[in-house]
Amino acid sequence: MRRLGILLVILFGSSFILYNLAAISGDPLEGLRTSSEPSAKQQIVTLTRELHLNVPPPARYFLWLRGILGLFVGHIDFGNARNGQSVSELVQHAIPVTIRLVTAATIVAIILGITVGIVTALRQYSRFDYAMTFVSFLLYSLPVFWVAVLLKQYLAIRFNTFLQNPSVPVGWIIVFSCLSGIFWAGVVSGNRKRVLQIFIVVAIANAGLLEILSLLKWFAHPGLGPIFLFLAAVGTAFGVTQVSVGIRNRPALKAALAMAALALVSYYPSQYLFKHSQKLSTLLLMVLFTILLGALVGRLFAKIDRGPVVRTSIITGFVISLLMLLDKLMQTWAPYMATDAINGRPVPTIGQANSLLDQSDFWMSTLDTLMHLVLPTIALTLISFAGYVRFTRGTLLDVLNADYIRTARAKGLTERTVVMRHAFRNTLIPLTTIIVVDFAGIIGGAIITESVFGWVGMGTLFRQAISSFDLNLLMAVFFITASLSVVANLIADLLYSALDPRIRVGAGK
Amino acid sequence: MAIFKRKIVELASTDASENAIANKETEGLSQRQIVYKRFVGHRAAMISVFVLVFLTLFVYSALDFKLGPWKIHGWWKYRIEDIPELRTKDCPGGNVGCPTLSLRPKFLGGAGFGLGEHPFGQDDIGRDYFALVMKGAQRSIMVMFVVGIVGGVLGTVVGAISGFFRGTIDAVLMRFTDFIITIPSIIIGSVIGFHFGNLGATFLAFYLGLFSWTGLSRLVRGEFLKLRELEFVDAARVAGASNRRIIFKHILPNAVGVIIVSVTLLMSGAILLETALSYIGFGVVAPDVSLGLLISQYQDSFTSRPYLFWYPGFFIISIALSVNFIGDGLRDAFDPRQRRKLSLKNRRMRQVQTKTTNGGE
Repeated sequence: MRRLGILLVILFGSSFILYNLAAISGDPLEGLRTSSEPSAKQQIVTLTRELHLNVPPPARYFLWLRGILGLFVGHIDFGNARNGQSVSELVQHAIPVTIRLVTAATIVAIILGITVGIVTALRQYSRFDYAMTFVSFLLYSLPVFWVAVLLKQYLAIRFNTFLQNPSVPVGWIIVFSCLSGIFWAGVVSGNRKRVLQIFIVVAIANAGLLEILSLLKWFAHPGLGPIFLFLAAVGTAFGVTQVSVGIRNRPALKAALAMAALALVSYYPSQYLFKHSQKLSTLLLMVLFTILLGALVGRLFAKIDRGPVVRTSIITGFVISLLMLLDKLMQTWAPYMATDAINGRPVPTIGQANSLLDQSDFWMSTLDTLMHLVLPTIALTLISFAGYVRFTRGTLLDVLNADYIRTARAKGLTERTVVMRHAFRNTLIPLTTIIVVDFAGIIGGAIITESVFGWVGMGTLFRQAISSFDLNLLMAVFFITASLSVVANLIADLLYSALDPRIRVGAGK
Repeated sequence: MAIFKRKIVELASTDASENAIANKETEGLSQRQIVYKRFVGHRAAMISVFVLVFLTLFVYSALDFKLGPWKIHGWWKYRIEDIPELRTKDCPGGNVGCPTLSLRPKFLGGAGFGLGEHPFGQDDIGRDYFALVMKGAQRSIMVMFVVGIVGGVLGTVVGAISGFFRGTIDAVLMRFTDFIITIPSIIIGSVIGFHFGNLGATFLAFYLGLFSWTGLSRLVRGEFLKLRELEFVDAARVAGASNRRIIFKHILPNAVGVIIVSVTLLMSGAILLETALSYIGFGVVAPDVSLGLLISQYQDSFTSRPYLFWYPGFFIISIALSVNFIGDGLRDAFDPRQRRKLSLKNRRMRQVQTKTTNGGE
């Protein structure tokens, strides 16, 4: 409670400073004063009255604060923007846009970053580690606006052109296959012979897959279908079991495989469901149902230790339901491409939704939203990915050097248990706090991404506010980002103490 | 059993290599020498130092440079104010002002290695793009150093004071730090940049520095809190050293690693912040030149004249990348835990040893 009080005081202080700084730095009426329009004088008078410009800034701040304090009685008032619109309303429209923009990127960056970070830490000082270190430093040094322009050119425009005639040229197949071969050969440890084997196997598999997909014109009509979905589900089952409890845990593996089998059985019923319910709530219900089903299956198969088995089947179920959604979205691809609004060029370079598209079809508009998210998400992911890799790697290396890891190994635990159970869990403690703080910061960082990709979110409001000296608008953006960061810091501290029993919040200093 | 054996071998070999390094350290190297040796041994960091020094000299010597009353003439023939005629000859696709830089040797069908009249091409009105990029890179490097110095000094001072004296001073200073942290740097940067942008890039850099010391001050504070409890500080105090002497002679040299490393990170962040601000129009403004500004001006002509986009970006990335690598090298050099690091050769040997002992696994 005391911390919360301090935070409120801080927020009050910094908003006071910024308000005055912004107020003295420019005159909102400057444009009108020099204007020769006959109505200029009138406008000055109205603006002065509406925005209380005759009150000096320090006092005006308290007028603004009175509106903000409405927060505690449930009615927050950010005042009006210059053009008379209510700032609260503008912000209400802008926040979901920005959140949509950063959420996907943050999630992808976290998952990828942590995975790569773990692998590089486990393969410390290997070629893969050096390569990833270089890549992450490179990404760390990239300006986001520069990447965005490149993505627009090469990923959107070129890819759209490629889709006009979706057959992958032989040269590209070779390049892609070699790249993925090198990647996986780097991930897998072993002697030279094994690395070479992996490289060849992966490269050939990749080349074959690309060639088949290209011949079947899969890129024009993507989709998984029941068989591939089943195969992917089985793969997921094995993968999740391995990471979660280890493949030797037979009940867990059986439970996960049962989930995959259930996915095959429910393929056609779910297609029917997808076709006839066009609401997000049904989808969420479906995912929830899968999770419950996973819990049930897990209980059925579990023998001694119920927890890990249930956990495995729940995660498997969740991933499989995501796969099914992906499949459905892929099926929507062909009709989506054929619509007039898209006209065969599906990757958009700008904007947050296609206004020409008929919004009545749920799958169509979802796909449209996702396609608009592709480029910004990649851009933001590339930038923040590097930080997570470095952080995860550093923390995990620290943890792996700890004595209790040595003890765990000495006990004869498997490497998987040591890494996932003992090391990774302890890495998660500092990682969580970083993630929480980052998420608040990324909203500020989205300003540039929004401007490059032409999204109308908080960043746009902010730029508008600055260039037109719109104090109320500026303060609203500031207030939201600042409170987010304050709240995030608070959550981070609380999480830290919840995750790490050695640290207590509010303990005597 | 095999696993157990392997672990033993591993432990033994780690011990051996640690002993080797430890032996070296008893040869009589000072802390500074150890750090220096480690840093020089970090290949990426050394390359980056050379790249950064070279880039800085290259970029600053290209254009006229004023140093007090003296004016040093740049080696490049154009200034950013010059407006030579737009080159139309030999340009593909009806473009004007295309670049003359040629890196393809004659025997491969190119024009041979040479800079030509306008190596990076010309902008819309014919100004030499090479000169513009040089000017922009100068701005970025200047901003980087100013932010590094201002932020570094402020952060160190605030962190040192609050960590050393603790109590009320600490509480007040740390609340003040929290206070600055709540203001996202890009927001404060834009407010400052937009409204004071006409005061010039140095002013902007100075202000950015004023708001970027927070992370550093927290780190320095933590370091001071840790170090002030150690025996050598007590010893110094017993010997009658003043607070000032303890801070500057005893604690600061031990905290310098943390400071230097985070200042380099601050500097690479500053470049990206400055270019990003200039890109959205709130940083360095029009008559002045910045790499971010150049990119934002010519991003739309990417399809027709990609070089206007590539070169500024290339300079941003090389500066930021080399600073990041230097920071990484410094971190490794200052980090006492890095003693466990094995060279590739050692690692190979260890692998061989492991293989031979647990072949049956």
